[in-house]
Amino acid sequence: MSDTATTAPDMLKQQPGGAMRFYGIWLIAGIALIVLPLIFSSGSALTSFSLIGIAIIFALSYNILLGQTGLLSFGHAVHYGLGGFLAVHVMNAVANDNLPIPLPVIPLVGGIGGLAFAILVGWVMTKRAGTVFAMISLGIGELVASSSLILRSVFGGESGITTDRTALPHMFGWTFGPQIQVYYLIAFWVMVSAIAMYALTRTPLGRICNAVRDNPERVEFIGYDPHVVRYLAYGFAGFFAGFAGGLTGINFEIANSAYLGATQSGFVLFAAFIGGTAYFFGPILGAIIVTYLQLGLTNVTTVWQLYFGIIFIAIVMFAPGGVAGILMRHRPLIRAKALGMVIPSYLVAAIPTLALVLGVILSIETVARYTAGEGESNIVNLLGIPFDTTTAATWVVAAVLVVGGFLVARMTWRRIAEAWDRAATVARDRGHLA
Amino acid sequence: MRELIVISTLNGVLFGMLLFLLSSGLTVIFSMMGVLNFAHASFYMLGAFFGYQLTRWMGFWPALVLAPLLVGAVGMAVERYGLRNTHKHGHVAELLLTFGLAYAIEEIVSMIWGKSPMDYRVPAALDFPAFTVFSTNYPAYKIFMLAVSVAVFVALLIVLKKTRVGLIVQAALTHPNMVAHLGHDVGRVFMLVFGVGCALAGLAGVIAGPSLVTQSDMASLLGPILFVVIVFGGLGSLPGAFIASLLIGLIQTFAVALNGSLASVFGPLDASFGPSVLTDIWNVTIAQIAPILPYVLLVLILIVRPMGLLGTRET
Amino acid sequence: MTAAIEIKAVQKHFGNVAIIRDLNLSVAKGERHAIIGPNGAGKSTTFNLISGHIKPSSGEIRLNGDLVSGLRPFEINRRGLSRSFQVTNVFARMTVWENVRCAVLWGTGQRYAFWKNVDHLTEVRERTAEILEDIHLSHRRDVPAGLLTYAEQRELEIGITIAGGANVIMLDEPTAGMSHAETERAVALIRRLTEGRTLVIVEHDMSVVFGLADRISVLVYGNIIASGTPEEIRGNPKVREAYLGEETH
Repeated sequence: MSDTATTAPDMLKQQPGGAMRFYGIWLIAGIALIVLPLIFSSGSALTSFSLIGIAIIFALSYNILLGQTGLLSFGHAVHYGLGGFLAVHVMNAVANDNLPIPLPVIPLVGGIGGLAFAILVGWVMTKRAGTVFAMISLGIGELVASSSLILRSVFGGESGITTDRTALPHMFGWTFGPQIQVYYLIAFWVMVSAIAMYALTRTPLGRICNAVRDNPERVEFIGYDPHVVRYLAYGFAGFFAGFAGGLTGINFEIANSAYLGATQSGFVLFAAFIGGTAYFFGPILGAIIVTYLQLGLTNVTTVWQLYFGIIFIAIVMFAPGGVAGILMRHRPLIRAKALGMVIPSYLVAAIPTLALVLGVILSIETVARYTAGEGESNIVNLLGIPFDTTTAATWVVAAVLVVGGFLVARMTWRRIAEAWDRAATVARDRGHLA
Repeated sequence: MRELIVISTLNGVLFGMLLFLLSSGLTVIFSMMGVLNFAHASFYMLGAFFGYQLTRWMGFWPALVLAPLLVGAVGMAVERYGLRNTHKHGHVAELLLTFGLAYAIEEIVSMIWGKSPMDYRVPAALDFPAFTVFSTNYPAYKIFMLAVSVAVFVALLIVLKKTRVGLIVQAALTHPNMVAHLGHDVGRVFMLVFGVGCALAGLAGVIAGPSLVTQSDMASLLGPILFVVIVFGGLGSLPGAFIASLLIGLIQTFAVALNGSLASVFGPLDASFGPSVLTDIWNVTIAQIAPILPYVLLVLILIVRPMGLLGTRET
Repeated sequence: MTAAIEIKAVQKHFGNVAIIRDLNLSVAKGERHAIIGPNGAGKSTTFNLISGHIKPSSGEIRLNGDLVSGLRPFEINRRGLSRSFQVTNVFARMTVWENVRCAVLWGTGQRYAFWKNVDHLTEVRERTAEILEDIHLSHRRDVPAGLLTYAEQRELEIGITIAGGANVIMLDEPTAGMSHAETERAVALIRRLTEGRTLVIVEHDMSVVFGLADRISVLVYGNIIASGTPEEIRGNPKVREAYLGEETH
């Protein structure tokens, strides 16, 4: 997939002042988490931040499997959902029986739920890797999701299990009723779990996981059993996914079978992959991007899932290293002060590429409104210009934008490739690229 | 009871043949190209929807011929412009591409045709009872479906065993690298194989559409079962896929027909147990757990024989 | 004195074809043993049998007296046997440093530890640095292994093989594809790194074989047709006929 190793922080630390920069990044992240809701204090902003926080933990847990150990799972939501259900049940038990367990501890219960299932099925699942593991994860995911509708007492059938997060013993006088308090709880746990998952990558197990990802055969000949390595990775991934699920249960005060389903598994795969699986911060980026996309697009269009699919396909085909991969590729250029060689070609390409994108959006929206029949407006508002989907003009404009945009854009992309070639040569000469 | 057994066996074999129609294409594509086409069930769905739409415009019989060809063309385009470019990034990337494709196709189908079931009717020429089993009429259309499946199966067998193309495909089933070295235009062969595999899936969709429900969630319902069939039979094994398809087809059909539960056999549980896992399991009917049965089989085969029934190839 | 490696009456069939038939070989502790033979003779298969990659159809393989035929490769590795590969088999996306470090981990008793920071493990760090020095790749420590030159990758391959501290080392064509100068460097490296250990080496380059080996075995069609000191092998008419032909050097 991508060409560089996940040792960016390692290398960062070894440069002069590198340790400062490394801890500095974590410090800034922590400060940002604290300060963010003070700057953007609207209700919807708080909700978004809470959702993003949970998504970050979920996506990071997924990358323990995919980016770290090379295991592609289509059923990761199972641990997330089971963690959520266990957390909600325990919350209800705490409230009913007056147990002295405060709310901040509940996500750990979620983690245990995810971990328990991972321990149960993980040994058999990790016997095979690669494509077979992916298929098995799909099957197990469907198994659990379908079972959840049968075991109504545990999973509450279609309506799920509800809870009340304010009914638990209060801590520091916080009831966790207001969203801002829930946000800070999530932010705290995001920081803790991100640090924990990062630390995992720096342990002997973490290093061997990378080795198993790169060359499982060779790993046997340095004394390690790849099966055991995968099983342990699976356990950790399950724990942190369950953790995220527990936080979701707290956030929405409900757990239902949708948490376990294929859609949720697809979501975390999208987030991790679009963000970039080769870097630790990739899934963090991906979680932010995908959550915002989802929140933003649902209001604007009925077919937001189609856009997701298209973006995902585009990333797989043209940038399999994800957004993080794209960003990190520029690092050698920045160090070699050669970034200026590619920027002009980007600017030139931006216009036709934008035309192409707008054309695609117009086409999709036009088809969507056209086939939707009654109840949907016939006007597509693109950049403030209303397009009437019933007139031929709209279809013509869309076609022109797509075809014309593509033909022109293709030429500009070639210029980008040429500019990169020159910039990479300069970077190589200056010793910043191997 | 005997009636139930006969009807269920017929339906089970029918469903199994349908599964095999799909899983054979999937197996050949996987064996030749090393890519597991996550979107295979989506091409099946495209076949059903194209079949429905074309039937509305020109009648069932032209649609029967045209729809699979259209689906095959889409498949070839996907291979030429999608898979071929992703091949250099490895198998995971290819699998993810087909995953994204499945996602996108489902959304496009929902967008164009909506999320409700389509009124895809059995053609009038076949809308009569073929024969009567005990007291039930068995529809002629289902016999037609069975006949088409068997015909395709036989045609596949002939092509594989008797023609040059078939020889190449057979060789590729066990030695894909060698096929490339033999100097064939690998790109063209791949495009053809992928196209034919998808066309077969489309054909299955066209004929299954009127009988099963034609709806935009067809692919996501059938897809996972298809992969269970593949893993159960053994990746890369056509005979394994055949056995697994029939087995799972029969098991699911019989389970859906049976309404028994522990409660129906042993009587209701004492009310004092209240709502609990035990009551849920006690009261659930076999028909309700029918959707899970394939996955239970999956777990079993993984524990007992991880490479599948007749598995030959590692990933 | 138990032999380091003892192979008794081993056979290996693939389907109906016998690749290895009635293989008998004994390698003494501390010995440098070379296996030579024409292409397709079964040399890599023999290596795969010893290192556990494949199981023998019949017969036994012993490592330092213990039965190892049928064990998984990592179990055999933990008992003190390590091997390199004919086709370079490093961890391409990890740096040179990381490659060697991973190979060092089990030997230093780290096992599956997930509670220690690997950067703070002094023994691991020192041992890794030592090996990097030995294979002359310290100046390339931060380069991803996939970006090394071919010869550097082969040297890294050797480094990974000896890093775990195994006392029986098997090298599969370590100098394949190297220039004359690179080969000389590699041979000096091998000689130094396998001091006091048992070495089994498969090679096609006769200068390497005759320069390095204490004993040589000749494998033809899955069978050892001759085994002895370099002089004995050089003079053996069967070997001449089957393999050596004209000597070039």
